Order: sequence, then C-alpha cells, then structure tokens
Amino acid sequence: MPLPDLLRHSWSVAAKDLLVEFRSRTAILSVAVFVVLVLVVFNFGRDPTAVSNVDLAPSILWVTFTFAAILALNRAFQLELENQALDGLLLAPIDRSSIYLGKLVANLVFVATIELIGVPLLALFFNVRVLPYLGPLAALIALATVGFVAVGTLFSAMTVRTRFAELLLPVLLLPFMIPPLSWAVLATGRLLAGRPLSEIVGWLNMLAVYDIVFVALALLLFPATVNE
Amino acid sequence: MLRAEGLRHSFGAVRALDEISFTVQPGQTLAIFGPNGAGKTTLLKVLAGLIQPQRGRAEVAGGRRAIGWIGHQPQLYAPLTVRENLRFWASLYGVSVPGELLSRLGLEEHADRPVRALSRGLVQRVAIARALLHDPTVLLLDEPFTGLDRVAAEALSRLLAQHGAAGRATVLVTHNVEEGTGLATHVAFMRAGRFVHFAPRAGRGPQQVGEEYRNAIA
Repeated sequence: MPLPDLLRHSWSVAAKDLLVEFRSRTAILSVAVFVVLVLVVFNFGRDPTAVSNVDLAPSILWVTFTFAAILALNRAFQLELENQALDGLLLAPIDRSSIYLGKLVANLVFVATIELIGVPLLALFFNVRVLPYLGPLAALIALATVGFVAVGTLFSAMTVRTRFAELLLPVLLLPFMIPPLSWAVLATGRLLAGRPLSEIVGWLNMLAVYDIVFVALALLLFPATVNE
Repeated sequence: MLRAEGLRHSFGAVRALDEISFTVQPGQTLAIFGPNGAGKTTLLKVLAGLIQPQRGRAEVAGGRRAIGWIGHQPQLYAPLTVRENLRFWASLYGVSVPGELLSRLGLEEHADRPVRALSRGLVQRVAIARALLHDPTVLLLDEPFTGLDRVAAEALSRLLAQHGAAGRATVLVTHNVEEGTGLATHVAFMRAGRFVHFAPRAGRGPQQVGEEYRNAIA
C-alpha cells in the first residue's frame, strides 16, 4: 500500500480513538487520578532524610508512568471489541499496519497527556527543579515512551481476545520495558542532578535504537497478531 | 463473484466447517439456514477473510473492498455520533458518506446523536448504512434482521432486493426461515459445518422451505 494511504488510514484510526476518548473521558480521567494518587502516596510514604529527592524522583516518575501507561494500553484494543468494531477494521481495505500505527499514535498522545500531568506534579511534590532541563527531559521522556508504548500496543492487540487480558498485558510487557525504563531512570537522574548533557547522550541513543527496532518489529508482527 | 472451495475449519475438537463448496454469481442471493452452532457465522467470516480456513479457499471478486458486512454486532463506536461513525468507516474505504443513504434508512434526524443513545433497531440501521456506504458488490449478512422493527426490516428487504437487482451478490445466514426465504435466489441448509442442502429456491415459499429445512435438520 502506498505510504500516503498508509498514513491517511493511520490518522483516521488515531483520530477516531482520540475522539472516542475525548467523548467518554473515562480512561484519561481514571489514569490521571491514578498518577496523582501514586505521586501523593509516594510523597507521604518516604523518609526525606534517608534518600535525597533528586535520587528518588526519577524512579518514582518512571514507575508512575509505567503503570499509568499499562492502564492506558489495556483500553487501546478493548474499545474495538465493543460491538466487534475490530472485525470492521480488519475487513476494511487498508493495510493492517495502519491500524497498528493509528493505535500507536493515539496511545502516544494518551500517555503524553498523562506525562504532562505527572512531570509538574513530581516537581511540586518532590521539590526538584525541572524547568532548567525541560528540553532534554522532554526528549528523554518522548524517546522512552515511544519504545514501551510501541511494544505495549502490539501486546495489547495480542492479549485483547484472551480471558485475562488485563493481567497478561503487564506480564508480557514488563520484561520488554526493563531496558528503556532503566535507561530512562538513569538518564533522568543525571539530568535532575544537573550533570552535563554529554552524560546522557549514550542512553538517548540506546532509547532511539530501541524505538526503531521495536516499532519496526511491531509493524511486521501486528498483522499476524490480529488474525482470528 | 464469490467462490468457496472445500472449506474446512475446526475450533479445537469442534468441526465448524466441513468441506463446504459453492459459488454465488452476480445477482444471486444465497440464504443459508441452520441452527445455532451450525457454523454459519464461521462460514461468513471465512468468506470475508476474517478467518483463514485450515483447508480450502474462499474468493470474493474485488477482495475486501467489494465486501459489505452486517453481523450480530453493529461494529460502531458507541460514544461517537452516527455521522462520525459513518465518516470514520467511509474514510477507510476512501469514499464520502452518500447523503441519500441516511435518508433511505430514516437516519437523517438521528445523524448527530451518539450511537449509545439510539435504540437497538436504530443501531442496526446505522450498521446497515455502514455496510453499504462504499457500495459493496458482495454483501455478507449474519442475522441482519435481528432487532429491527417492522418498518426497518422492510426497508432492509427493499435495499437487499435492489442490491440483487443491480447484479450484486448476497450471502445471508439466519436461523429464521421466514425472513430469509423471500430474498433468496438460492437456499442452503447447514448442519454441523456441512451443507445438507443447496439448491435454487425455484419458487418455493417460506412454508415449503421451512418444512424442508426442518426435515433436513432433524
């Protein structure tokens, strides 16, 4: 299928998903509340004299994003099961990769919205300075997010027709999330500690490679995962 | 226009399709009757390419673009309006929503209501509009009259008759002989994944077909 058609169909799927979410607002609200609650609990459930905020904040940030993203990814294909819309998508004369790309874009927007809520709250609760490093931090979060959302979108499609989809998704996804997660935590720690950017370039490169490899793999594997 | 050759498919130990072969020519409407669990929906899904059969093959002239599907479920997004749903599906087929389609199905006044706010019958009408918006040459219908009120059922029957008269093919599966026979040019009875009867309707009415069906299925 020509690239413009692939992109057009992907955008149709993504725009539809975002419109559905905009109309219902159920998933974004529940995940946003989850992010706020986790950060509040961490804020009160730590000993501020034991570990400094700058050392603790990166781990808390990424643990929060990880579980919030899993909650979000669970709904990605769930909405296609209601009224069997997934069959309609599979029947449409479009490249099945465009369904994956559309879902990926919608999930990225969704998770990015959660991250937009989470970062200022982290700065507020943990008193860490984010503004001086906003550009590099945004790039780091974007690179890490693309990787695990790419894998998560694929696994969401694989598990959605199973009985224990909500359990299976994290079980399958978490092992694949460990590399980008650990690189992101280390790089975020360096950034928030005010270390030079050259110290995180290596991790950013690894995240970029991870993104390219897993987006390509997911595009390749997706058509097979949605066959009944 | 549509051909199935030696289709065989199982779900675990259950044989859903067992050596099914038939063709449907332009202008023909094949009504397949069978009890629940006979394999009717599986057959339609194989014809649509949604299930790869373990043996045999199914071909539809024109591929996926040529197929319109009306199934048990409407394949619509409940939070979106009727118009938004139809626009979305039309965009995947590279067409715009034909204006007269909404009026033909009596949906104009409901076009800006979310699907979740519609009655079961109206939702089914939207599902029919969704299936027809790209002007398919082959219609695959799985119990399409379910949930329709009398007026909507008559409107659907008229649409299907027009579809056949325009030289297009239809495969309709149902367990209700009354509603399917009138539209059919050919009739098949299905039991345990097999066609136990396949023939032109040849003027037989619902009563005669119903009697033959009961004898064949018993």
